[in-house]
Parts: sequence; C-alpha cells; structure tokens
Amino acid sequence: MSQGKHLPSILVPHHKNTSNLETVVMPVPDVVKICMSQSIGAPCKPLVAKGDHVKVGQRIGDTDAFVSAPVHSSVSGTVTDIVQSRGGMGGMETLIVIETDKKQEVSEEVQIPHVTNHAEFVKAVRDSGVVGLGGASFPTHIKLNPKNLDECDVLVVNAAECEPYITGDNRMMVEQGQDVLDGMKLIMKYLDLKKGIIGIEENKPEAIENMNNLIQQNGFDDIEVLALQSRYPKGAERVLVYEATGKVMDAGVLPAQLGVILDNVSTIAIIAEFFKTGMPIVRRRITVDGDAVAEPKNVFVPIGTQIADVMEFCGGYKKEPKKIVMGGPMMGRATNSDENVTMKNTGSLLAFGKEVAEVKVETGCINCGRCISACPFKLMPVIFAEAYNRKDVERLQKFNIMQCMGCGSCSYICPARRPLSFMNTLAKGMVKEATSK
Amino acid sequence: MEKQKFHSNLIVSNAPHIVTDADTTKLMGSVLLALAPAFVAGVYVFGARVILLCAVCIIASVGFEWLYNYLAKKPQTVGDLSAAVTGLLIAYNVPANFPLWMAVIGCFVAVVVVKQLYGGIGKNFVNPAITARIFLFISFAANMSTWPLPRMAETTDATTGATPLGILAEGGAGAKLPSNMDMFLGFIGGSVGEVSALALLIGGAYLIWKKVISPIIPCAFIGTVFVIALIYTKSFHMAVFHILAGGVMLGAIFMATDYVTTPKLPSGQIMFGIGCGIITMAIRLFGSYPEGVSFSILLMNICTPLINRWSFKRYCAGGANSGK
Repeated sequence: MSQGKHLPSILVPHHKNTSNLETVVMPVPDVVKICMSQSIGAPCKPLVAKGDHVKVGQRIGDTDAFVSAPVHSSVSGTVTDIVQSRGGMGGMETLIVIETDKKQEVSEEVQIPHVTNHAEFVKAVRDSGVVGLGGASFPTHIKLNPKNLDECDVLVVNAAECEPYITGDNRMMVEQGQDVLDGMKLIMKYLDLKKGIIGIEENKPEAIENMNNLIQQNGFDDIEVLALQSRYPKGAERVLVYEATGKVMDAGVLPAQLGVILDNVSTIAIIAEFFKTGMPIVRRRITVDGDAVAEPKNVFVPIGTQIADVMEFCGGYKKEPKKIVMGGPMMGRATNSDENVTMKNTGSLLAFGKEVAEVKVETGCINCGRCISACPFKLMPVIFAEAYNRKDVERLQKFNIMQCMGCGSCSYICPARRPLSFMNTLAKGMVKEATSK
Repeated sequence: MEKQKFHSNLIVSNAPHIVTDADTTKLMGSVLLALAPAFVAGVYVFGARVILLCAVCIIASVGFEWLYNYLAKKPQTVGDLSAAVTGLLIAYNVPANFPLWMAVIGCFVAVVVVKQLYGGIGKNFVNPAITARIFLFISFAANMSTWPLPRMAETTDATTGATPLGILAEGGAGAKLPSNMDMFLGFIGGSVGEVSALALLIGGAYLIWKKVISPIIPCAFIGTVFVIALIYTKSFHMAVFHILAGGVMLGAIFMATDYVTTPKLPSGQIMFGIGCGIITMAIRLFGSYPEGVSFSILLMNICTPLINRWSFKRYCAGGANSGK
C-alpha cells in the first residue's frame, strides 16, 4: 500500500536489540503488588481483603466509574496487605500485596465469553480488563463503544512500535500473529468495520512478512499491512491516523470522531486471547533492555511484579543502574526505585548506567530551528519555551500549544539540550489553568 | 525473606530519556572541519603566515570568552567551540599580512562586545565575525585593504596587489581581471579564507550533507548575486565572476548560515538570502566600497527578528494544525 504525504519526523537510533529474542516466561515471583490504578481513568476499589486467598484471573479491583477497567489477580496466593504507596504512575495509589503460592491455580471466574451483539462485546472487553497497552492505558472498551459507531468504518492497528528498544509488539506479531488477526476480525465484526489496516514500521520485516502471510492464509482480503517509515513518532495516535487514512487529527479529538477505531496491536491480540481462553489480562510481554541489563530479553511478566525481580530474571545489572524507565525512552516514565511494580501498560523496562542516565547540562539556545522542523505537528517549541518563561498565555495559545502531544522530538533533537518537551507540558498546564478561571 | 537490595536512588527526570549526539559542540566542530579546506587553500596561496594568523585569532577568541566568563563568574562556555569558529572566521576575513595585534582587537570586539555582553552564545543579534570584520575595516582601513599577492602570481617586483573586485572598481572596463578558473581555485588576492571558492564549496557541501546547515540561505544568496550580476552586466562571464569574487562564498556558506543571527524558518531564510544578495550587489555596483558581503549580512542580521515575526505568523497559519 502506498503512502501519501508524511508528517515531519526524526531519526532516532532503533536499538531493537531484542527483536529476535523469543519471549520467555519468568517464574512467578514471591510477591506481587497489584496497583488499583491501571487505567487512565478512575482507580479501582479493592474487592478482596487482607487474608483472602486469590487465584489467577480473579477480579480483585473494580469501580462503577465510566472511564475505568477492572483489575485481576496475576497470581494465586494470599492477600497479605493492602497499602497506599507511590506507584508506577507517580501518585499515591492503592496496591494489593499478594504472597504467591506458586501453584498458579486458575480462578473459576475465568470463563470463555459468549457474545452475540455489540453491547455484549463491549461488556466482555471491559471484563477482560484490557487498556491501551501502547502506554496510554485508555480503557479499550470505551474506545470500542464510540457515540458515532455508524460513522466508523476502519480499524487501524498500531504496530508501529516507533520507540527505541521496545520489541514486544514485534514479538507479538511474530509469535501470535493469528491472535492479532482474530482480534481484528472480532472488532471488525461487532463494530461493523469494513477495513483493517495494520501499521508496522519497516524496521520489522519479520513481523510484516508474517502478518502478510497469515492474511493470505486466512484469506482476509479486508485486512492489509501498511509499511511505515522507520522514523519517530510514527506510532503516535494522531500521526498514525494521518499516515493510514490521510485524516488530520487535532489534539483532543478521538480517532472515532474521524471514523477510525485505533488500537495497539498487543491490545487487540490480548482481546483475541480473552475470547479464546477467558483469561483476562494478567501478564504482559515486556522488553527488558538498556546498557545496565546483563541479559536483555522479552519476558512474560505477571502484572504487579517488582522491577527488581524482572531484572534478576534477566541476569541482574551488569553495572550500577542510575535510571530505570518504564516504557520507551522517548515518552516513558523514569521510576525512582526498582521496588516499584509493573503495570498493564509497562511495555518495557530499560535500565541505564550513569552515562545515559545523567541529565545533560542545558546550554544557550542557538536558534537553529531544529525543534521546529522536528515537530510532527509543525509547532514551534522554541517560541513556547520563550513564552512560557514570560508566562505569556496568549502567545502560547496563539501558537497552538495545546496541539503538542509531548512526543519529545524537540527535546531529543535540541543541540543545546533544552528540556523543550517538558517545558511544553508545563506550558500546557499553565494555559489550562488560565483558561479554566 | 530479604532476597536482594533495591536500587532506590535512581535519577528521575522527564522524558525523553535519550538525546541526539549532535549537541552544540558537535555542530561547531563540524563547522571547524568544514572550514579546513579553506585553511589549506589559504596556506597554499599565501604561505605559512596564515597558520600563525589563524592560531592567534582562535587562541585570542577562546581566551577572551574564557576570561570574560571567569571575570563575570558565569558558567564556562568555551567548550562549545563557537568562540573557536568565530576566531577562525575573523582570520579568514583579513589579509594574510594583517598585523596580529589588530586581529586580536577584532577578536575582542567579536567575542566580548558583540557576543558576551549581549548574553553569550545564542543571544547576540549580529554575527560576531562579520561585525569584527567591519570594525577592523573601518578602524584599520589601510591594513584591511592591502592584499598580499598569491604565491603563484607572475609579477616579481610587487608584493601587494588588488583584489579582483578592487581591480573592477578602480579600473573600469579596461582593467585586467583574473580568469574565472583562477578565482574558482583561489589564486587571487583577497582575505585569507575567501579566495578559494572550491575549498569553501567543499566545506559547504560537507555541512549540507551532514545536515548542519540547510542549503536555503547559501543558494538564495549566491543565486541572487548571480541573477543581479547577469541582468546588470548582461554577461554570463561577469555573473560567474561576481559569485566567485570577494566574500560571497565565505559569507553565504559560513556566515549567513550562522543559526543565531539568521531566520529559523525556511520561508524567512529565503528572504534573508535574497536580501543579502541584493544588498551585496547594490554596494558592489553602486556603492563606494568594492565589496558589500559583510555589510549585507550585518544588515540582514538586524532584519532577522522582523523576518522571523513575519514567517512565524505565516507558518502558524499554514501548519498542519491550522484546523483549529
């Protein structure tokens, strides 16, 4: 499939060191701590109490809030504590601490769902606990239940994986390509979508080949693979919608408003798994890499595993870790301790030594304009930084600050090492505060 | 069971967690490398004194920046190599036999007055090297317009001569101009670094290939000079003469592309380049000076904030985000 015009993008070293490493299952850790805030929406309330015995796939947290998804136990064992702690998202969160019995008994709640219509399908997807696994953690069942369902006609699968290091989506397509297609077919069937597009960056030839072969074997002529340039940030939602459909998507607009249903490839495959086995999302394929990791791997990790346990499974640290990033290096979150636990949206754990980890010293802007040419949405970070420093909300708005999605391209490219992307985030906060008054 | 020690003193910083290798030092280093062919040509054409002159200018510029930062208790910035680039460009902009103490004064003006007093790298509103050249040109007019002959000149009785533009300005139609090939290679009188168009083009091609500079300003600048010369002289030969003569190549490739003092957006860069070309040719054809490149760049530096303002507005209105 040919592509039309491209949005601006940058070249970032791929570091896809683990793309050929088959995913391995790590042993069940002694303890897991499952966070109740696994989605972008409301936190769940614990459904279990201290001393309860839980099994794999058992629902242990839920809420009535609209934007939310239930949380399930990833292990079998005993709830030893329910604590308030600073979790992977940075804020104070409720964690359910489970001491595992290593038996991994499957809960009776795990039943293959039977659905016949769209409403039942959406409910089943909610039951699976799936949220946007690309990192945004938006509850998937809400995405699959847009207000304008009639106007939606295409499913775009985000398999670009444009972040460096991460190869989990690549492994998903190579190892579970059939699940990806089955998941797409389910969504296309119940949402009545005519066409499916899988956007994959060209640096994953194995995945592209496997998906094309499977599409042919299955005879799915309504699904096609779109090869994307291997440039950052092709996997950003708004960029991918443009690349796949040519539709310009502004900030604050949902893909569904443009008639597009867009989900991450792993999200879709896990929905398919759920419909085959009834097992909700209790584990995640995580790429473990970075210059401080002894043996980079792709690992199936139970949700709620402490980072240190995952690192130990990967041979431990080969040098003192100075920074651990949950997610990709461009948009991921640096965590303060390897005592923290993995979440549904943790696609990778990257441990870096001193050299990479240390924040580079900021020097004076030399007006080179690289941040402007790097921005996918043709914004001017250098102007935002200047206006932010002067607290000039009007100027920030005039130059469309709210269109920034925080992809980090400007910070990456800046020769003066200015934290432009972070300043944009602060500036957006300033504008929001000023306009809400 | 305490099985392992946790690492709890990790660095927590905002994304992105990786940055490009191409920092300011790397970019300035590339510019120095791109200036190397012109250095070789300068030494070849004017002899070993060029080495001394360049060394003095670089040491003086870096030294002034270091000293200023030291005295003003500011973070040291000499590591970014921009002072070294400025020093080398000043050496390239004076005759090979230029007195060293005068060159040091030029470096002082460039680094301390034009750059550091305005706030250091990125804050100066005009190009330091260009301003120093103009300052020296006005202060030491005689020394700045006495040009040593190239070593391959055929005359044996004279040690100095005029630049091709000087010959053109004084001699009128009957003057004997050097061949365009000699000017392309650099076997002519002139400032240290500006004589060899070939060497400068090699450096420019390197910078464009490495994406350190965009080709827009050099192309617009040189193209405008060529077109105006072609229209005015009605001679292809003279149009080529005008782009090879004087500081056009050096100015267009290395000084009109200085990030700090030139427009950020392509639309503004086109305007900047065309403006430089027009002013250069206006001075050459109608002014009392034989050469106008440095004045043109200086004047367009001053116009840059205005050009930016215009081009920002235009860019913002025509962007991918214009829907809202």
